[in-house]
Amino acid sequence: MSSHLLLNLALRSAAVGYVLVLIFLPLAALAQQSAAAGLDRFLQDLAAPQAAAALWLTVETAAIATAINAVFGTLSALVLVRYEFPGRWLLNALVDLPFAIPTLVAGLMIAAIYGPTSLLGTWLQQGGMAVLYNQPGIILAMLFVTMPFTIRSLQPVLMGLDRDQEEAAFTLGASPWMTFWKVTVPSVLPGLLTGVFLTFVRALGEFGSIVIVAGNIPMKTQVASVYVYGEIESYNPQAATSVSVLILLISFLALLLLERLTRRPGERLPRLFQWTRSRDESGNDSAVPTAAI
Amino acid sequence: MKIEVRGLTKKFGSGTAVGDVSFVVHEGELLGLLGPSGSGKTTVLRLIAGLEVPTAGDIFIDGKRVNDLTVQERNIGFVFQHYALFKHLTVFDNIAFGLKIKKWSRRDSEQRVQELLGLMSLVGLGGRYPHQLSGGQRQRVAIARALAPRPAVLLMDEPFGAVDAKVRQELREWLIRLHTDLNVTSLFVTHDQEEAMEVSGRIIVFSKGKLEQAGSPADVYEEPATEFVARFIGSMNIVEGVVQREQVQVGSLEFPAPGFADGQKLQVGFRPYYLKVAEDPTRYRQQAKLRHIYFLGVAYRLEIETPDGLILRSRMNKEEFRRCRFTVGQAVSFAVTHFRILPQEGMASPHGTETSRPLTGPLTP
Repeated sequence: MSSHLLLNLALRSAAVGYVLVLIFLPLAALAQQSAAAGLDRFLQDLAAPQAAAALWLTVETAAIATAINAVFGTLSALVLVRYEFPGRWLLNALVDLPFAIPTLVAGLMIAAIYGPTSLLGTWLQQGGMAVLYNQPGIILAMLFVTMPFTIRSLQPVLMGLDRDQEEAAFTLGASPWMTFWKVTVPSVLPGLLTGVFLTFVRALGEFGSIVIVAGNIPMKTQVASVYVYGEIESYNPQAATSVSVLILLISFLALLLLERLTRRPGERLPRLFQWTRSRDESGNDSAVPTAAI
Repeated sequence: MKIEVRGLTKKFGSGTAVGDVSFVVHEGELLGLLGPSGSGKTTVLRLIAGLEVPTAGDIFIDGKRVNDLTVQERNIGFVFQHYALFKHLTVFDNIAFGLKIKKWSRRDSEQRVQELLGLMSLVGLGGRYPHQLSGGQRQRVAIARALAPRPAVLLMDEPFGAVDAKVRQELREWLIRLHTDLNVTSLFVTHDQEEAMEVSGRIIVFSKGKLEQAGSPADVYEEPATEFVARFIGSMNIVEGVVQREQVQVGSLEFPAPGFADGQKLQVGFRPYYLKVAEDPTRYRQQAKLRHIYFLGVAYRLEIETPDGLILRSRMNKEEFRRCRFTVGQAVSFAVTHFRILPQEGMASPHGTETSRPLTGPLTP
């Protein structure tokens, strides 16, 4: 075996090892803990009214936040890529802010705008649309922390999209609206799906901003992550583990689905399972298994 | 269907991409818009398609003014330089795209797509995606997609610009055959004069947003209307001199210029194959040194330098070249057998119809 091959092997092992240590081991530990208690206990934990309500609320609000960010994120990405306007660079920089600031701070910011001390908060409350300690607050917090995902996944694909394809659709008689749906959206679909799925799984796990904005009211504003925290605080790690495992399962399935959906047409295997592939289409050596998600 | 543009002008900011251009593409014609890159020819095509809005001027398709029609309403087929195929659709669905938009029935569009796949030699490739095709195949899909909804006219932007030389040659011949079969009025843009010559029935030469000349390939080649056309189409030796006693003096060369006033500066052009070169220094009157020999495959090009420092090109067929036994650096004699006095910048046509003619007098042996 030549030294080149040895180096190659070492690099691959290091990459696989890194993923194993950082992601797989903690996952396995959690799963093991859950499995040790048995399936009955797992199902019982999930069926507890407070846990079930928290899980359902989390999935529901995450889905709503995802839908909203899919639409407005797409529009924002289009505007940021296609139109020149004063201050575009500033807006573009602002998009990443939710990534950069602690989610607790995000929660404080939202509470400051929609809280009873602000004009907007008072006005909304009078109109019967209280945001704080209410479900809209959860959605707002999720929207804030996940906002960059759709925009940042779409921007590069939109920039790479040939305007020619849209013009070709025009010359074939397609209206701008039809062109958007039949050409633009399908062309950027992998980027859009990535943004949407990342938004969803990130929203599922959000904790810091939600606990400030929506509080911890069981059966009303208590989301899964807050429930898990509460169970740990009250010395009930088993229930915390069960709910965590379910959230993990949902996230993992969502990411697996994403992997399948964003496959290029004509590709035979999902990239996830191509462990032995050594060269991709561009001829680059892709030694690292692409299963890391 | 006929295309006509009148006084077409397009300004971008402070620059003028197309300036007051008028021409006609006749029914069933295959016309080439030829010009260097940046000459505004693609803009003309996009204006006709409705992808750009003209600053001034009118566009007629089939005798109807279409300025106020959107690109969707103009019923044109457009082939983009880089194919612009829909990457997420199969070849079949790409070609069927326009038919779906125009609400053709399933059966009709299925039949039309199969017909086009046959016509474009794409049979069996209907299920492929664009990234699984070769450059030539992609280009044929692009043409098939444009032709599918039976457009009134076909507009092509550098249709062979993005494929390699060999495929380009095949595609040219194929396009000529296709045009003969379908007889759809077609306008294509190219910067390649050879391509324009070979493919088009008629050529329009563009430079800097202006129409320089319109005519058959032979007309444009033999009778360039402007200095630009003379330089751009084919290869031409161009020399400059001052008129003295109705002769243009260029060093030791003299070209008759009857009717021109003394002291006028004129440019004289002659094609390389009108420059005869012999290794015998007494064969022709003019003397020069052979600087380079280029092998062109079908012929040879000789580069000679006159004692006045003029560098001239000559073209010679193989038989002739073999008879002569040239060596680089040797002294040669030469003569110019045909020449043209070129129209000056800003002058439409120089001197009535007086054009290329055999040279008599001092330059012939």
